[in-house]
Amino acid sequence: MPIVPLRDAVSDLVRDGDVVALEGFTHLIPHAAGHELIRQGRRDLTLVRMTPDIVYDQLIGMGCARKLVFSWGGNPGVGSLHRLRDAVENGWPQPLELEEHSHAGMAAAWAAGAANLPFGVLRGYRGGDLPARTRVAAVTCPFTGERLAAVPAHHPDVGIVHAQRADRDGNVQLWGILGVQKETVLSSSRSLVTVEEIVDELTPVPGAIVLPSWVVDAVCVAPRGAHPSYAHGYYERDNDFYVAWDAISRDRDAFRAWMDEHVLATVAA
Amino acid sequence: MSEYTADEMMAVEAARRIEDGTVCFVGIGLPSLAANLARRTHAPHSVLVYESGTIGAKPESLPLSIGDGELAETADAVVSVPEMFAYWLQGGRIDVGFLGAAQIDRRGNLNSTVIGAYDAPKVRLPGGGGAPEIALGVRDVFVMLRHTSRAFVEQLDFTTSLGDDVRVVVTDLGILEPVDGELTLVAVHPGVDVEAARAATGWELKVAGELRQTEPPTDAELSALRSLRARTAA
Repeated sequence: MPIVPLRDAVSDLVRDGDVVALEGFTHLIPHAAGHELIRQGRRDLTLVRMTPDIVYDQLIGMGCARKLVFSWGGNPGVGSLHRLRDAVENGWPQPLELEEHSHAGMAAAWAAGAANLPFGVLRGYRGGDLPARTRVAAVTCPFTGERLAAVPAHHPDVGIVHAQRADRDGNVQLWGILGVQKETVLSSSRSLVTVEEIVDELTPVPGAIVLPSWVVDAVCVAPRGAHPSYAHGYYERDNDFYVAWDAISRDRDAFRAWMDEHVLATVAA
Repeated sequence: MSEYTADEMMAVEAARRIEDGTVCFVGIGLPSLAANLARRTHAPHSVLVYESGTIGAKPESLPLSIGDGELAETADAVVSVPEMFAYWLQGGRIDVGFLGAAQIDRRGNLNSTVIGAYDAPKVRLPGGGGAPEIALGVRDVFVMLRHTSRAFVEQLDFTTSLGDDVRVVVTDLGILEPVDGELTLVAVHPGVDVEAARAATGWELKVAGELRQTEPPTDAELSALRSLRARTAA
């Protein structure tokens, strides 16, 4: 598994129309990779993520997505994702199909995907209006007769995550809030991991997990590649930017101007 | 007694309901403030669990997101998100779950999904997130919500989570608890008229026969709460 430039990895691994997951539960969100998708003009993507935040707002606002599979789409601690809302409420820049789950359902779908099972099972989706609006079915436990919820497993075409570091062979190490990073890589047909740095040796870190190089298709160096999210031990979450995004994203022209300057006019590291 | 805001009254009153040793599933905003206040005052052994996978987090300041780095640094354990929802929440290991919402009905059902029709929403809200299974999986659900007739509605636009295990709703006007399955005003905060609570409720609000008045925040509670906030702003 080679360490390759991000531009080449995105160009090789991600195609128009793919189901793509750029995961990160507030931590290690692959912003740099998302920006490269936007620069390369990917279209008709089905985006999967438990907590779509700013980078998904950007992908949606730039017209890269036709569908979103998610469980919570907001700006944490701040409010709405205005580009997501504009797409859903007004069809701008294009309509966005939603497949909406709960966190527990998405988590079960990721675990099932990693285990190469067709569905995840949980005690959930009971009552309320969500079950009628999403892909969920009831299954009966063959041993106890209990009725449980089944959600289709996630099997994206491409899974993309950020991590702290990799060694020269492409073994990836990450720690802190783990989210569904491992499940995203293991569930996907192709996977791409951006890292802060390449090191000679992956020394032990408390709570760290390692993704062996042979389950990853491309490792790309992207320093500060999670910003405004964070990489534990490298830099902190840029909470001020999350607050500032509210005003930038509220207006279509301000959003496009920001994207032109900060994404389209830049190149991947 | 010091002056205090309606938000401070809400946080203090919610914190008081967290007994020492309680395992709390905490969201961002007022619930996080309340749970951290409880841990710093009468409930030092309460366990704060954030859905990002941090168990036993002890933040010095209040996080903006449920996944801020300080939560992981101060936690007893950090687990993956699938483990959090499967082993810890569904596993029945959480006592209290805090929820907020855009709308609540008289049975404690909550809407955090859409205002208007699902297919053509007037306002697309962030969605349920952890709420549907928190509402099913914890022993007691505490709701914190500002009391307005737009939030306290006769009919939800969408039912995101069920109210079966809602034990209390703490608002900026008072306290509601279920009586025979219907949320009933059992206390008002100091200076709040019961008619104000009625006017801010979109259904015909039932009022307990012996309506209590909540105790205003003590100086100790206010100073603990404000020092938490001051560290957060710093």
